[in-house]
Amino acid sequence: MMGMNGDTACAYAVKQCNPEVVAAYPITPQTIIVEVFSEYVANGEVTTEFIPVESEHSAMSTSIGAAAAGARAYTASASQGLALMYEMLYIASGLRLPIVMTCVNRALSAPINIHGDHSDAMGARDSGWIQLYCENSQEAYDTVIQAWRIAEHKDVLLPVMVNIDGFILSHTLENVAVLPDDAVKKFIGEKKIPVVKKPNGELTPYVLHPDYPVSMGAIDLQDYYFEHKRQQAEAMKHALRVIKEVGEEYGGLTGRRYGLIDPYMMNDAELAIVVMGSTAGTAKYVADLMRSKGVKAGVLRVRSFRPFPRDEIVKALSKVKACAVLDRSMSFGSYGGPLFVEIRSSFCYECQKPIMINYYYGLGGRDTPPHLLEDVFYDLKKIAETGKTGEEIRYLGLRDDREADNYKAELISFKDLNEGKIGGR
Amino acid sequence: MSEEKSWREIPMGGLTWLNSIEYKTGEWRSFRPVVDHNKCTRCMQCVIFCPDIAIKYKPDVNMIEINLDHCKGCGVCAEECPVHAITMVKEKD
Repeated sequence: MMGMNGDTACAYAVKQCNPEVVAAYPITPQTIIVEVFSEYVANGEVTTEFIPVESEHSAMSTSIGAAAAGARAYTASASQGLALMYEMLYIASGLRLPIVMTCVNRALSAPINIHGDHSDAMGARDSGWIQLYCENSQEAYDTVIQAWRIAEHKDVLLPVMVNIDGFILSHTLENVAVLPDDAVKKFIGEKKIPVVKKPNGELTPYVLHPDYPVSMGAIDLQDYYFEHKRQQAEAMKHALRVIKEVGEEYGGLTGRRYGLIDPYMMNDAELAIVVMGSTAGTAKYVADLMRSKGVKAGVLRVRSFRPFPRDEIVKALSKVKACAVLDRSMSFGSYGGPLFVEIRSSFCYECQKPIMINYYYGLGGRDTPPHLLEDVFYDLKKIAETGKTGEEIRYLGLRDDREADNYKAELISFKDLNEGKIGGR
Repeated sequence: MSEEKSWREIPMGGLTWLNSIEYKTGEWRSFRPVVDHNKCTRCMQCVIFCPDIAIKYKPDVNMIEINLDHCKGCGVCAEECPVHAITMVKEKD
């Protein structure tokens, strides 16, 4: 047992995994990972080649190069840093390179904000990366270790993004149970190089090696690009199974089992909150509180957002009367946040489905204390009793959330700067 | 190219049919570089400039040699040769 924050827990897990290459560029709130890991390198506690690059674009490029050469590569980023990696994210997944990255979720500018929300990772939602969201530092530690096994599985071969909420997890001290170094080493094993069959029937290792010259990611036009994307979709489908298998095997080792979703008091729940990341902890506390008041409350935490565990979510929620999906990022102009939209469409052809509402919450690190989630359960209770949904898209913890029709009229007018004084100047 | 294959039959990550040694990109060429070995001073500028590493210096015969399996006929060598020892000749149809 060690006292660690989420960042340190990730760095410690990476230390035990001892990847060949770590290339990273510091950005709040991920900085501690890079800082702590560079100390491990300086102290000789790892044999990792640590490459302090000049930008996140280079961090991901370096990781891609390292992984293509057969190395285990790790990096970490957040917010604008992840945004700067954007084009390379697609190359990592398109080349099927099992890179592991911690994304310490932080809001995106503008206005500038360093605190936790899921906007950064959601921007990379369709980049072909597996996305796992952690509830606490313990899970961050556990997931970084499992990530290698998921990424490198022969049916998957995709990069994995381990998401932890900025500051709430990254900077908050927590008890974390750690495995002995050799247990981690044994669990992740040696990295194996995939051998693939070329269309001419020859076998070749999928690695950049002078003895086996290959070109990776060469031009792929109308004739084959689509086929390669279909393969990625298939790999994501297999990841649904592999994430569970690896989570189970890890559970056998540690007693902490992980799956695609994490249902809490959902067996007989009538009202449920669906949420990702650290807020699930608060929601579980509130569910206990509601249970003590005789309300059949439950929480469904979605751990794997990519691949999206559609069947498991439908199964977990189908008997619920009303549920609230909490989104910590906005898709401007969309009818609901990314998690809500997907959960609602999962139920499209289901006969038995709950009434669903969506709350945007916690943007830019806005605090989500228990009383707000209590309000959500009371809202759900009212909806379940009356059968009336009311406003489908709501805002949690936002001041003055009434309709905004007059917003423009109140705050914006146009005037020529040459026409005379504006605002007393 | 041979018959188009399904997504189940092709290697992942856009791994190419053949590697860069096996794939004869020289077939794309419409102009062929021809070296006048009497003019050539063995300065190696063409070796350095060739974007395909298709020109090599052979020390045993003290001559440069162009690998026509991979030369795409871009003409950079002819352009850069300081003594104009390389000329681009149209390939026969």
